[in-house]
Amino acid sequence: MSFFFEVLIGGLLSGVMYSLVALGFVLIYKASGVFNFAQGAMVFFAALTYVGLLEVGLSPWLAIPATLAVMVVLALVTERVVLRPLVNQPQITLFMATIGLTFFIEGLAQMIWGANVRGLELGLQDEPLQWVTDNTGMNVSKFDLAAAGVAAVLVTVLALFFSRTRIGRALRAVADDHQAALAVGIPLQQIWGIVWGVAGAVALVAGLLWGARNGVQYALTFVALKALPVLILGGFDSVPGAIVGGLIIGATEKLAEVYLGPYVGGGIEGWFPYVMALLFLLVRPEGLFGEKIIRRI
Amino acid sequence: MFYREAGQFKASYQADAAIFPIRQDRIAVAAILVVAFVAVPFLATPYMITGILIPFLILTLAAIGLNILTGYAGQLSLGTAAFMAVGAFASYNFILRIPGIPMLLAFALGGVVAALVGIVFGLPSLRIRGFYLAVATLAAQFFIVWFLTKVGWITNYSSSGVITAQKIEILGYTFTTPESKYLLILTIVALMALAAKNMARGNIGRSWMAVRDMDVAAEVIGIRLMRAKLLAFAVSSFYCGVAGALFAYAHLGTVEPEAFNLDLSFRVLFMVIIGGVGTVLGSFLGAGFVTLMPIVLSVTVRFLDSNLGLHIAESTISNLELMVFGGLIIFFLIVEPHGLARLWQIAKEKLRLWPFPH
Repeated sequence: MSFFFEVLIGGLLSGVMYSLVALGFVLIYKASGVFNFAQGAMVFFAALTYVGLLEVGLSPWLAIPATLAVMVVLALVTERVVLRPLVNQPQITLFMATIGLTFFIEGLAQMIWGANVRGLELGLQDEPLQWVTDNTGMNVSKFDLAAAGVAAVLVTVLALFFSRTRIGRALRAVADDHQAALAVGIPLQQIWGIVWGVAGAVALVAGLLWGARNGVQYALTFVALKALPVLILGGFDSVPGAIVGGLIIGATEKLAEVYLGPYVGGGIEGWFPYVMALLFLLVRPEGLFGEKIIRRI
Repeated sequence: MFYREAGQFKASYQADAAIFPIRQDRIAVAAILVVAFVAVPFLATPYMITGILIPFLILTLAAIGLNILTGYAGQLSLGTAAFMAVGAFASYNFILRIPGIPMLLAFALGGVVAALVGIVFGLPSLRIRGFYLAVATLAAQFFIVWFLTKVGWITNYSSSGVITAQKIEILGYTFTTPESKYLLILTIVALMALAAKNMARGNIGRSWMAVRDMDVAAEVIGIRLMRAKLLAFAVSSFYCGVAGALFAYAHLGTVEPEAFNLDLSFRVLFMVIIGGVGTVLGSFLGAGFVTLMPIVLSVTVRFLDSNLGLHIAESTISNLELMVFGGLIIFFLIVEPHGLARLWQIAKEKLRLWPFPH
């Protein structure tokens, strides 16, 4: 039984890591209706830029704001060059544009910083927490706990930002209806710039944590694929959905791999979340917390 | 002057609903077919045929398949490569396990198996829409590739997972030269493209378009949603399955799951979007664009590199290509969101007046 809980907790904590990436998707989808496939590339770009700046000789405390600045610039340029000319296009066109953006960012990141795998040290060890092991016999990674803490802080900050600030209110207005928001005088383009900037910041946090865990390498871009089932499970336009979805996906994925995997030859982590999210959608087509769409003729 | 349909009267419904209602179009299509069948095999170098034309034609077929699903029926799918893989592996097993089965029948049966799998993964489309569905089709992509890798029976317990495809043999003739393979593929693609155009103009195609434009309204006017959507998945997967079988047998020469990864799915999707959603012509244009662009890019970059003496590192070149590819996709989407087929339509409007605008 304690093994079950160990797997469960490990899964929940790794689910938090998925949530971090999914959060970036949700932010952009919520505010602009764009399904931003480039989020994974942004995570990669952020992590690579941070490590690259460290190699150049910046101190970590300087490198983080510097990377943040780079991400914001990237966001603003994206808004100006990609999104603005594509206003009012069908969603699939915007989606395709973000796939193009993915290629561009991946090429850019590797051209500037090179393609070799780098380690990233955040001063956190991926080792079991001694106190928990002594008391319950379970291994709970310190690193995962810290990541969960960071995610909790991030979500709280974002939730406050969305509900308490002027910009947050404007964001929600834009999410509800672009035209109505424009009509009451909300600067749409400025809002989009901000949202992409915030998504860039979230990508930075996710990039640092994922990079510290798996090394900063091209494979980081695949993290986005891990986040997609989280998204559809939680609902594309719900911040709490991203978190809860991440927890569910993380937990079931690990449990399935441990308890179901041996029977079918293993390696089911790649598709199990998708199939689970798919089955879940059959019951609730908008995901757990997604906004229910009423269709009229 | 040359592209004017004045005077071409349509006296019956059949004539009005013809696949190519304008005479000039018929002549143009016939001319292109003649060039493709007669002139190209003589003029093209073997590299051009194996490196460009064969993948172009096969991917066109896959793009038509996806276009049926996404362009006509409006169901976004990211699992194209998986259905191609099903077609390839099913064909392989039919040829392996039924001695003496005609090759073309095996390809068709591969398509049928892909269609059945397509129906299974199309079932969620009855409940889910839009991007939720797109992400759900990723389940097909990952699950099928995993399944093909894990189940030994499918790969005939090959240790590496990479199987050498059998030789293509039809009626005692073995297709080994690039030219013969090219002609075989061209025939299949031409016939299936015509069939797709034929479906699009008829009852099925119209019900798909109604579902795409607004499924609730389509249901109200009496279109059976389930039938239309599942049929779209089946037909689309059939096309993809045949394309996958051809891809493995005539292009790669091997049958392996890794060839049908997510990247291929995205490439086919690009072809559909860049070429033009909901047009068969667009699938050809898009496939041509996406197949040619990386080649043109790498040739240009290498040409500039060697002539200007820049000595760019190999990794930089590949990254540069990646950036330009992404940039060009964005550029094309911005300049012509309706795809290259739309450009042809605009050209047609202009041609009607040219060269005497009054």
